Amino acid sequence: MAGLTLPASRRLGSALQALIPVTVQSRGFQTYSLPELAYDYGALEPYISGEIMELHHSKHHKTYITNFNAALEKLHDAKDPQSIVALQSALNFNGGGHINHSIFWKNLAPKNQGGGEGPQGPLASAISTQFGSVEKLITKMNSSGAAVQGSGWVWLGLNKELKHLVVETTANQDPLTNKGLIPLLGIDVWEHAYYLQYKNVRPDYLKNIWNVINWKDVSSRYEEAL
Amino acid sequence: MAFQLKPLPFEMDALEPHMSKQTLEFHWGKHHRAYVDNLNKQIKGTELEGLQLGDLVKHAYNNGNPTAYFNNAGQAWNHDFFWESLKPGGGKKPTGEVLHLIERDFGSFEAFADEFKQAAATQFGSGWAWLVGIPAGSHGEDKFGKLAIEKTKDAVNPLVLGHYPLLTIDVWEHAYYLDYQNRRPDYISTFIDELISWEAVTARLEQAKATINFYDVKMSSI
Repeated sequence: MAGLTLPASRRLGSALQALIPVTVQSRGFQTYSLPELAYDYGALEPYISGEIMELHHSKHHKTYITNFNAALEKLHDAKDPQSIVALQSALNFNGGGHINHSIFWKNLAPKNQGGGEGPQGPLASAISTQFGSVEKLITKMNSSGAAVQGSGWVWLGLNKELKHLVVETTANQDPLTNKGLIPLLGIDVWEHAYYLQYKNVRPDYLKNIWNVINWKDVSSRYEEAL
Repeated sequence: MAFQLKPLPFEMDALEPHMSKQTLEFHWGKHHRAYVDNLNKQIKGTELEGLQLGDLVKHAYNNGNPTAYFNNAGQAWNHDFFWESLKPGGGKKPTGEVLHLIERDFGSFEAFADEFKQAAATQFGSGWAWLVGIPAGSHGEDKFGKLAIEKTKDAVNPLVLGHYPLLTIDVWEHAYYLDYQNRRPDYISTFIDELISWEAVTARLEQAKATINFYDVKMSSI
């Protein structure tokens, strides 16, 4: 299956590339489609409501993809540098939205698929060494996530050169790779990710989401990236 | 003196069904209240406590390198301004000088509405869309002040750009998610059709005229 053609894709694992559905248009450029979830919309309840999951996946993520494809078509048709550069923000916003949400759905799993079961193996050791414990990592991610002003994400990322795990935040849909880190785990703190259920109480959303974090996926991204 | 959370200028259910009581309970009662409370905590015991909120916002913006209290200050100001921009039975078309200037500077009310909707819909992430007055000379060879639409991100507002705010719509998701979910364009259309307080815009325009000449530039004799 063809992967992303953006430069940042070289820093994403080939496994990640293979997971993002694409179509090659007859006119010769790739477009993208909404990846299916590995679980039902209601499967993450009571931690994330089915109503939120359905809107988040079938509306918000779908819209990023629709708009990304529209920008890619314009890019394909662009005849001069000005037209190309003018597409930058549409590509960043919508392409970033697609990248980030594709990771997010895989970072989540219902309890009956291992959601909430802590990390094992090399990732567990790395977390223990670098943060002291999983609990301490969670505390740090939650406080960083709560402190994001406006829309964005909180991440566990890997600095590949230093083999260092890092908690970092990004604004809007900026991909974590913009900060030179490989994304392992992302938590969406845009209000649409939690508002219908948690309203203004983002800290409660952050506290609860750890019950459905798919540590197996986070571990495999870590091992793939090393 | 600490800043206070001003009461809403209308009952919490007065904007139903366009903006629900539940939305206002959270938006005003939790979000806006938190901006005010947290701002007060941040500036307590400092000389910033004596400033008017608008001046504090400009000071906090720090010429594009915002201080830690900018978000709370900007959002406190923006929300005061937003509630005053709404009214029950609002929307429709303005009259008088507001309509005249809108028609002059946008071509028609419909063109203004389209541009405003576009700005509000395309502010990516959190932010606001504004109708503002821009002083003469701010843009090329314009000899007089004019109306314009701009969009800002997060807590930023036109004060920090030297522009005169006349109307705003909050497009942070918390402003519309309970009532419209992802359908921000529906929220924006409803705002224009049903919620705008053109009286507030008219009053602000009158105040703007103290510092902006919308018709011709007066030559200074200095």
